Amino acid sequence: MTDKNKPCILVTGAGGALAQQVIRRLRPFYRVVAVDFRQQVYLGLDVPSYRIDFNKRGFEDLFRQYRFTGVIHLGRLMSSQETRLRRYNANVLGTQKLLDLSRKYGIHRVTILSTYHVYGANPFNPALIDESAPMKSAGLTMDLVDSVELENLATIYLWRYPDLNISILRPCNIVGPGVRNSISTLLAGKRAPVLAGFSPMMQFIHMDDMADAIVISFNKNISGVFNVAPQDWVAYQHALHLCGCKSIPIPSVPPQLPRALLRLARLRSFPSYLMDFFKYPVIIDGRTFAREFDFTPERSLTEIFRYYRENKQPL
Amino acid sequence: MPQLLSLLHPATLRRVFYGSLAQRFTPLYFRHHFVREYPQFRLPVFYKDRLMRLRSVLKRALISPAMEQQIEAISKPTGSLGYDPWGFNRDSAKIGLSLVHHLYHRYFRVEAEGLDNVPGEGPVLLVANHSGQLPLDGVLIGFALATRAYRPRMPRAMIERFFPTVPYLGNLLNQLGAVLGDPLNCAKMLANGEAVIIFPEGVRGSGKMYRDRYQLKRFGSGFMHLAMEHQATVIPVGVVGCEETIPALANITPLAKLLGIPYAPLAAPVILPAKVYLKFGQPMHFSNEMMDEQAIAERVDRVKSAINALIDEGLSERKRLF
Repeated sequence: MTDKNKPCILVTGAGGALAQQVIRRLRPFYRVVAVDFRQQVYLGLDVPSYRIDFNKRGFEDLFRQYRFTGVIHLGRLMSSQETRLRRYNANVLGTQKLLDLSRKYGIHRVTILSTYHVYGANPFNPALIDESAPMKSAGLTMDLVDSVELENLATIYLWRYPDLNISILRPCNIVGPGVRNSISTLLAGKRAPVLAGFSPMMQFIHMDDMADAIVISFNKNISGVFNVAPQDWVAYQHALHLCGCKSIPIPSVPPQLPRALLRLARLRSFPSYLMDFFKYPVIIDGRTFAREFDFTPERSLTEIFRYYRENKQPL
Repeated sequence: MPQLLSLLHPATLRRVFYGSLAQRFTPLYFRHHFVREYPQFRLPVFYKDRLMRLRSVLKRALISPAMEQQIEAISKPTGSLGYDPWGFNRDSAKIGLSLVHHLYHRYFRVEAEGLDNVPGEGPVLLVANHSGQLPLDGVLIGFALATRAYRPRMPRAMIERFFPTVPYLGNLLNQLGAVLGDPLNCAKMLANGEAVIIFPEGVRGSGKMYRDRYQLKRFGSGFMHLAMEHQATVIPVGVVGCEETIPALANITPLAKLLGIPYAPLAAPVILPAKVYLKFGQPMHFSNEMMDEQAIAERVDRVKSAINALIDEGLSERKRLF
């Protein structure tokens, strides 16, 4: 069943819906090994799957055993998961271990999934932020420090070890069936909190399109940092309406009030440190990626929102 | 005005208030049966929401067919849901312009001259004097261009950095086409071939006292760098009349600091119906060559002089204030 002549690649974060879509697309051309530090997932007989902590010594055994030629690093604890320290260990130190092993075992292609959250939600953000813009989120909230550190680390490896051919993808909000991030949970609910008087512009990319983008970038050997976002925009509250969500307004002034309320409520889908992303727009410019990789998202916003409207789950 | 009054018409009120109630209390059986039999009468999903319903009612009540046609004729790259990256929304802009129509024609009785000097396409910087405490000058310039007969344009106005932090107002301004006054935003819009309204005086101009009326404050040079880099046509615009709309006697600086706003004018809490003159000057082009700040400042002064001349022209034509 397994074709020994195919190149072997490692995909992390196999428990996530996005990674499973990526694996499905890569299977015919590569021998895929899937790992996740949260759970072991069954992906078929031809895809060995492991639950493993990147910081443990056993992780290196996989590199010895399978002789990977490429790595797609999608396994990242999201900002709404676990504690700050655990996220730092998993996301930053874990990635460092992964990149060190990649260098040691001569891997020549690494794709890393980051997030647009690194730009930070600031009232003075211009629209269409490009890849060279400063990553302000670490200065705005400590809870996103690990995301920025991960990027910094990957960028250091990108320039210091060009043989790794690292590409870092910063997607906008990834949504779609099975996606469990905060924005997808909000859109899937019947009610969603909004900050009264604020409806920032947002971008959404369907999970299938994002999986296509990852596969295209992995196959095309261009290293660098790239925003991934469609050329389509919608206001947050308009998106909620199109998803059939009822808006629950939270008082927005003074700014300390909503923060305190959200800390008390402890909503996983609307954490207090992501509050500013629902207040100020963070619109990224995905045109460089689209041009370099000849990529155009296929799923429209209407199609994305129709799915959420027709598949409602309680918040 | 009749369109504005139609908002209060009993039929409109019935549609807004009873529409949702009737839906809520109609027996489920009848609703399901009715929708199955007559799917064409099924309400679109966004109708269920008050905000969207309000927008829809405003659209029907305010936007005349002529205005609808006028705005639709303006080419503006927007996404599938009618938004652009800066938050501009075509439907909201139609409502906004319909509301401004009465202000423009009846309240301020604006007289615009030289509108044809603004190119129909390509990057344009409309550089104007700022006055009147509120950004009414930007609104009136925008309306004049959007409703001109030949090749109308929907210009974008750069607004103070303070506005995005104000609930409701920040979003509303963005939907109408205003953009955070950031050089990167301006550069991206010029690269997209947009027309951008700029007030190089900034808050120094809008917050000036009545005693300083029609005296241009210091001009920033950022607009000149952008015009040169993007080879944008510069149109000087002289605005006469907005100084008299909210004459300010003093600035209550401690109050402004307390509220975190640029200025807190001591002025009558009304907008006076001063007659407004908009004078669009001849297009100016500046080559993109390496030069020091002194040379850039000289170019800025040329634009400033052109605006001064247009203001003088407007003041000499003006027969009365109101």
